[in-house]
Amino acid sequence: MLEVIGARSLGELHASIPERLRLGRPLDLPPALDEIALLGELRRLAGRNETHHPPFAGAGAYPHHVPPVVDQLLLRGEFFTAYTPYQPEISQGTLQALFEWQTFVCLLTGLEVANASMYDGASATAEAALLATRVTGRRKVVVSAAVHPEYRKVVATYLRSGQASVVTVPFGRDGRTDLAALARAVDAETACVVVGYPSFLGVVDALPEAAALARKAGALTVAVTAEAVALGLLAAPGALGADVAVGSFQSFGNPLSFGGPAPGFLAAREDHLRQLPGRIAGATVDKVGRRGFVLTLSTREQHIRREKATSNICTNSGLCALAATIHLSLLGRRGLDELARLNHARLLLLREELGKVGCPPVFSAPVFNEQAFDVGDAEAVVAAMARRGILAGAPLSRWFPDEPWARGALLCVATELHDPELIRLFARSVRE
Amino acid sequence: MANPTGWKPSTEAEAPAAAAEAPGLGGAVRGLVHEEPLVFERGSPGRCGVSLPAAERGVDPALPAALLREGGVAGMPELSELEVVRHFTHLSTWNHGIDTGFYPLGSCTMKYNPKSSEAMARLPGFADLHPLSPPELCQGALELMYALERALSEIAGMDATALSPAAGAQGELCGMMLIRAYHEAHGYPRRKVLIPDTAHGTNPASSALNGYAVVQLASGSDGRLHPETVAAAMDEDVAAIMITNPNTLGVFESHVAEIAQIVHGRGGLVYGDGANMNALLGVARPGDMGFDVVQYNLHKTFATPHGGGGPGSGPVAVKESLAPYLPLPLVVREGASYRLVTDPAERPRTVGKLREFWGNFGMFVRAWALIREWGPAGARATAELAVLNAAYLRARLAGAYHLPYETPSLHEVVLDDKHQQAQGVTTMDVAKRLVDHGFHPPTIYFPLVVHGALMIEPTETESKETLDAFAAAMLAIAEEARTDPAALKSAPTRTVRARLDETRAARKPVLRWTPG
Repeated sequence: MLEVIGARSLGELHASIPERLRLGRPLDLPPALDEIALLGELRRLAGRNETHHPPFAGAGAYPHHVPPVVDQLLLRGEFFTAYTPYQPEISQGTLQALFEWQTFVCLLTGLEVANASMYDGASATAEAALLATRVTGRRKVVVSAAVHPEYRKVVATYLRSGQASVVTVPFGRDGRTDLAALARAVDAETACVVVGYPSFLGVVDALPEAAALARKAGALTVAVTAEAVALGLLAAPGALGADVAVGSFQSFGNPLSFGGPAPGFLAAREDHLRQLPGRIAGATVDKVGRRGFVLTLSTREQHIRREKATSNICTNSGLCALAATIHLSLLGRRGLDELARLNHARLLLLREELGKVGCPPVFSAPVFNEQAFDVGDAEAVVAAMARRGILAGAPLSRWFPDEPWARGALLCVATELHDPELIRLFARSVRE
Repeated sequence: MANPTGWKPSTEAEAPAAAAEAPGLGGAVRGLVHEEPLVFERGSPGRCGVSLPAAERGVDPALPAALLREGGVAGMPELSELEVVRHFTHLSTWNHGIDTGFYPLGSCTMKYNPKSSEAMARLPGFADLHPLSPPELCQGALELMYALERALSEIAGMDATALSPAAGAQGELCGMMLIRAYHEAHGYPRRKVLIPDTAHGTNPASSALNGYAVVQLASGSDGRLHPETVAAAMDEDVAAIMITNPNTLGVFESHVAEIAQIVHGRGGLVYGDGANMNALLGVARPGDMGFDVVQYNLHKTFATPHGGGGPGSGPVAVKESLAPYLPLPLVVREGASYRLVTDPAERPRTVGKLREFWGNFGMFVRAWALIREWGPAGARATAELAVLNAAYLRARLAGAYHLPYETPSLHEVVLDDKHQQAQGVTTMDVAKRLVDHGFHPPTIYFPLVVHGALMIEPTETESKETLDAFAAAMLAIAEEARTDPAALKSAPTRTVRARLDETRAARKPVLRWTPG
């Protein structure tokens, strides 16, 4: 090969790099491992993580059963090792799957259009806020304090560069967004109101009321859903007045994986189509009239519009979105309904059992599969349960350090992975 | 069922000319190709592909009926597990991936994704780990993140790396946030960013999202950015210059150190787009060339799967001067144990948080597995073989295809369709015909500085035989362009779909299936 190139050595091929800019020594990296040693080393690291029991923590990352068929299909190399479907004729598999993903997102959210996925729920929320500022020409974003704190941090980071300001509205003692405070915060400068559905507290928040307030002021409503299984039981956010729905479909087909990757989603009303960030798959026909799919409306995107693009996102969470699409296809109408009801039932069971040992809910508003319970000292309970190898929940004092109610508040989730026996055992252990 | 696209099954007569002749040079022939409807158009009411226990309780009466769905989500499909398996298996056969064949998509670094890395990411200790696990229950994950952070800092010649950005573009966004925060801390954020005309489209978009005006710089006739161009545009209002090195022509910006000096001299910073790090591994480091910040694309350089468009992972490596502004979390070692820094009180100058939790951890596992497989020598060999393969294709193809820049290139080479124009054959035609030969086309019509660009990046994982077959296909197409240009216009003929009407897709958007 060197002969064809006309070079004498491999080193010569890098001759265009000036000598003084070259490294001139081997990189300081650990020595190479053969495959057997490599697997041993990675197993050693994996073994230092405790995952024997399903965690009782959700808080934005939800432990669910992933049917083995999801991963086996996902691992088909034609999906797995393809990239962005720039050449539609040889990417119809990815493109049709993305079109199906977009349809699932629309069906679950009750909205008209969706994109081909986002990085995660948090950045999707930030992009929704930016979309609202473009649509309304306004620069104030009103966010409920019951929206996931991680999401709120990301919104703040994205908006810091001056596009808009963020106003946070508190939640009341029942855990729902304080509507009186929201009414005071929303004004003629407000681009959107952002509420959780269910919220970070697990609460089915006052989305219709918040949306009505927003609409009256000419602002959009953004509904944020981190636990998308809830959308199998709860009314679609779009049906309750949300103009944009965002969040994560991690609960469908994607493992916890220490918090990432996971498929963020973004859906909106058709009026806002041209302001959507990211890639979108669309149907069309080929030269002989057969249905096929392409990436479309790319004039919104960075590779065409450059600095005037709606966002800089290009690579998104394609494979995670495919996992969710496969899992949703398996679930179907009945399976999703059953899964959602089962999750809700398990939470009710957890509430009963924790009630028996004197751990009542912190907030009175209804919930889906996640709730904050007063366990006395939440951090102490987590530490004690960690010694037994169980993640007991998310202590809310980590995000609300100054709130007196937060000290005892342990946010716990119950899903199809937490069978009744495990729930009873857990509740008994919490008070030991 | 509704059929918003007007799609109907094609007949033999309508099908594009069947390619009954010899297989393409990459081995492509028409095989057992299945038509496959949308998942929503399959199945039958009552079917279900999962098995779940019955719910032990009914719905909480406290949940108002107005907030409930009854009877499940309308429009959801109802399929058995086998139907779902067939559906997605059929769809997969309509795709070309690296596992299927050569995929020389320039700037995307489509190298082989090791199966061992996949297996490792699926170990329950990684896959089932909750992000809020107390540190004592996730020391393995934190150790891995710490080790990866150190390795990425070393490879880039930087002092610290934030792993959390979700993809290269978010890494860029992050890098520009750091630059803005740095200037703000020094009293004035400045207003402009310099970007060469060979840059990725994400560069200007990332700058604009940070409130910066973009000043485009022309590269020289040798495809390089020249110090005098930068000096003429540089002033105290320029926050940074964004440089991809090697640039999108595959050319090393050999004046980069001098350019960095000019920019630094007026108080600006130098941002490096690390999309093309594959050319430099173990040979040269951005940190030694004057870059202050560089983002990685783990799905390119470190072979984490591209997945049909993600997930990516875009860690950002910086010099000490920018480290205080890095986004959270960061991983620290304290004695023999590891901890995540998530509280801004510990890092008061952080720009904040860019995504939920700690980043695309699943990608960290795969990238770390590859770095361990490489070791120092393997990393360097990666860059050397990537450059060897690109140089070989350049030598084989320049001549039949016009080489717009004679300057030596590294891991990729850009050709164009100038020699084919007389016959009316375009880059698009060449790309589509390559598909008939069983190859994924190169990146086309990019970079924008080359009219009709064909940007070829073979990567280090391809054999000489594969490169030769690709070169033979490219040469055969060049010959076909001379002898039978009209035939090229019908390409591709061996795919499940002929050329698709993209104009129609954009004019009459159909973006979802609608229940009938």
